[in-house]
Amino acid sequence: MNMQLNNISENNFEQCIKCTVCTVYCPVVPVNPNYPGPKQAGPDGERLRLKRGEFFDEALKYCLNCKRCEVACPSNVKIGDIIQKARIKYSAKKPSLRDIMLANTDFVGTMASAFSPIVNTTLGLKPVKAVLDGVLKIDKHRQFPKYSGEKFETWFKKHAMAEQDAYKNHLSFFHGCYINYNYPQLGKDFVNVLNALGYGVHLLDKEKCCGVALVSNGLINQARKQAVSNIESIRKSVLENHRPVVGASSTCIFTMRDEYPHLLDVDNSDVRDSIDLATRFVYRVINSGKVKLCFKKGPKQKIAYHTPCHMEKLGWGYYSTEVLRAIPTVDLTVLESQCCGIGGTYGFKKENYPTSQGIGASLFEQISNVNPDFVSTDCETCKWQIEMSTTYKVKHPISVLAEALDIEATKKLNK
Amino acid sequence: MKFDTIIIGGGLAGLTCGIQLQKSGKKCLIVSSGQSALHFSSGAFDLLTTLNDGTEVENAVEAVSKLDSNHPYSIIGSKFAHYAEEAKNLLNESGVAVVGSADKRAYKITPMGTMKPTWLSLADFSHFDNPTPFKGKKVALFSIAGFLDFNTKFVVDNIEATGATVKIINICLPEIERLRTSPTEMRSSNIAKVFQNENTLNALLSTLKCNTNGFDVVALPAVFGLFGPEPVKVIKEQIGTPVCLIPTMPPSVPGVRAQRQLRSAFERLGGTYMLGDTVVSTKVDGLKAKSLYTVNHVEEPLEADNFVLAAGSFFSNGLHATPYAIEEPIFGADVNFLEGRANWFDQNVFNKQNYMTFGVDVDSTFHIKKNGKSFENVYAIGSILSGFNPIYEGCGGGVSMLTALCVADNIK
Repeated sequence: MNMQLNNISENNFEQCIKCTVCTVYCPVVPVNPNYPGPKQAGPDGERLRLKRGEFFDEALKYCLNCKRCEVACPSNVKIGDIIQKARIKYSAKKPSLRDIMLANTDFVGTMASAFSPIVNTTLGLKPVKAVLDGVLKIDKHRQFPKYSGEKFETWFKKHAMAEQDAYKNHLSFFHGCYINYNYPQLGKDFVNVLNALGYGVHLLDKEKCCGVALVSNGLINQARKQAVSNIESIRKSVLENHRPVVGASSTCIFTMRDEYPHLLDVDNSDVRDSIDLATRFVYRVINSGKVKLCFKKGPKQKIAYHTPCHMEKLGWGYYSTEVLRAIPTVDLTVLESQCCGIGGTYGFKKENYPTSQGIGASLFEQISNVNPDFVSTDCETCKWQIEMSTTYKVKHPISVLAEALDIEATKKLNK
Repeated sequence: MKFDTIIIGGGLAGLTCGIQLQKSGKKCLIVSSGQSALHFSSGAFDLLTTLNDGTEVENAVEAVSKLDSNHPYSIIGSKFAHYAEEAKNLLNESGVAVVGSADKRAYKITPMGTMKPTWLSLADFSHFDNPTPFKGKKVALFSIAGFLDFNTKFVVDNIEATGATVKIINICLPEIERLRTSPTEMRSSNIAKVFQNENTLNALLSTLKCNTNGFDVVALPAVFGLFGPEPVKVIKEQIGTPVCLIPTMPPSVPGVRAQRQLRSAFERLGGTYMLGDTVVSTKVDGLKAKSLYTVNHVEEPLEADNFVLAAGSFFSNGLHATPYAIEEPIFGADVNFLEGRANWFDQNVFNKQNYMTFGVDVDSTFHIKKNGKSFENVYAIGSILSGFNPIYEGCGGGVSMLTALCVADNIK
């Protein structure tokens, strides 16, 4: 009887009662039947793999790691973690050059930013796209996000850093690769909004890519090194300087809170609760009643909010939609939560392109039915996918807020 | 975050309560730890088919007075018929079109092809007013090659036992064959997603049309219309012969659809639904609950004036069985169960099982209790309640919806 009381299996996999609910919510299976599905790839396959590792199936690479199976599971089985852990433990396949390139957002970003005009033009050229498609197997339909000439960090150090110490409260900003290399404007919006709310924004001692793309491309050792480095910097910020760490990308934040301990065995328990998402942080500051907001006058904007998969897993979509609803000019429709199909670097790979677009099709249809002025979401790769696949522009909720606020007036109110 | 009412559990009971409260202008949050048991429902809702002593019920409205005093229907009392009608209206208004009535039993067909009494059936699936609808009829049963969650042979035997002749016709479409690449993924919901494509559905229709001549009924596994009634409507319109959709083994396409429709009705009314989150602790002042803390929201409290426990029974972890006791894990509420594990179950799985009747103890207004004293603002509804046997008495759906409506009235 005592055995029954103390029976706790890794990732809760013995709690699986074979109810099949996860298979209803897997976005991959209906469009790519080569994927064995969450139940088979997860707890069912794990029973076999525990017996003999050779039962590992390389088709597990088709898992998007969207975690929608976990969100749906009534028995709290960590299906997605079981699948990703199995890939880490058993996969014998070495990552290809393409996968290494796609995964190394930091290195590629640094190089590309330095030569951004050349890189942006070159990546758009037909012959280059043909080489990417034919040789590297990066699908020709894909457009790389443009690289910015000036990295966010460079801008921050030149134009914003000096005045940050003057604020009452302080936080560290985990900007992530996208803001740093491709879209510094979102970082500037973040600094503006948080400054207006009375928070000084600081960089971490050392920020590395969160590593999500390294994990999904099988570069685990490198991912673990970066995780260890990030948690070290986060520890210094949280424990020594008493600054929470806040980021704008739902995937970076999810990775650092949950994938670090679950997949990479990097312990973050002493700082995990201080790693926060921008919209959640802003929601909680606004709802504490300690700040005042002053909005600019403007026309109504019809916005459709898309809940990214990792946001769904965090369970934090509410914070983003409430921040948007707090803006007087916003008329918000929350789209039914579903995967957009991009899965980070997944959709860039030639072999995944049809799957990726097949998964997203019903989301694109939802968006065109709403016909908003623009779409809002907290994930940069969802943004690329929606912008590549529809005619709608996508903005981060923090940018929407930054544009709606009278920043200077709000800053005065919260001095 | 602050709400008027927080409902723990987002299945049939939680959504019914949430929809009713949103309609009366209350701001509700539903926190659901994973998807609900509606995913295994047959596409019909039971009200009361059998009394505890085995007597079959023809008219549920008349039979409720014969139930034990601790049965949830006895707690509802004289408003039973009123809430049964209201439940039917709520489903219809929420887009879940149903037929049936509380004072006359109807029938549903099971995945095994047997007929069972029921109350409300999804209007576009199958509903019957007598237990032998196929008697003397020629039935064409279409079976999808490789689909293992539909037991064709059982279905044929059971339908033929009622005096019908059944012919099995195999359907083999390339679009469906593709799914067989991973045989484990050949499941009702995936097949339904493939039939969402108009061309695939048309290919099926041509096969059906070629094979239905001379038959009185066309029977198909219920693998259509996951996202809405359209595919079923098209099939019924195009096939001149009456169409009967037979539920499959889980996941249930009609059940998943009902769940989606109810959730979206709740959200359209302004309700907030958080899926995949689990309550880990509560803040209670005496017998008044103040807030909940969850896995996802960590330090952010979920505050409300009222709380409704609709967390389901053992399957959904609303009730937790240790080797020695049955517990309610969230509030630690009083639970009614028999002492001694040996008294919990019958070795024969098909016999009446006592554990099915275990659940939280409530007062006359469905407040849960702790050490015999009622909470001021915490209610329980649905299958977490005690005093009824949803399987034996055929009353699970009814208890979920009627107790939900009753509690919504108590809160309003």
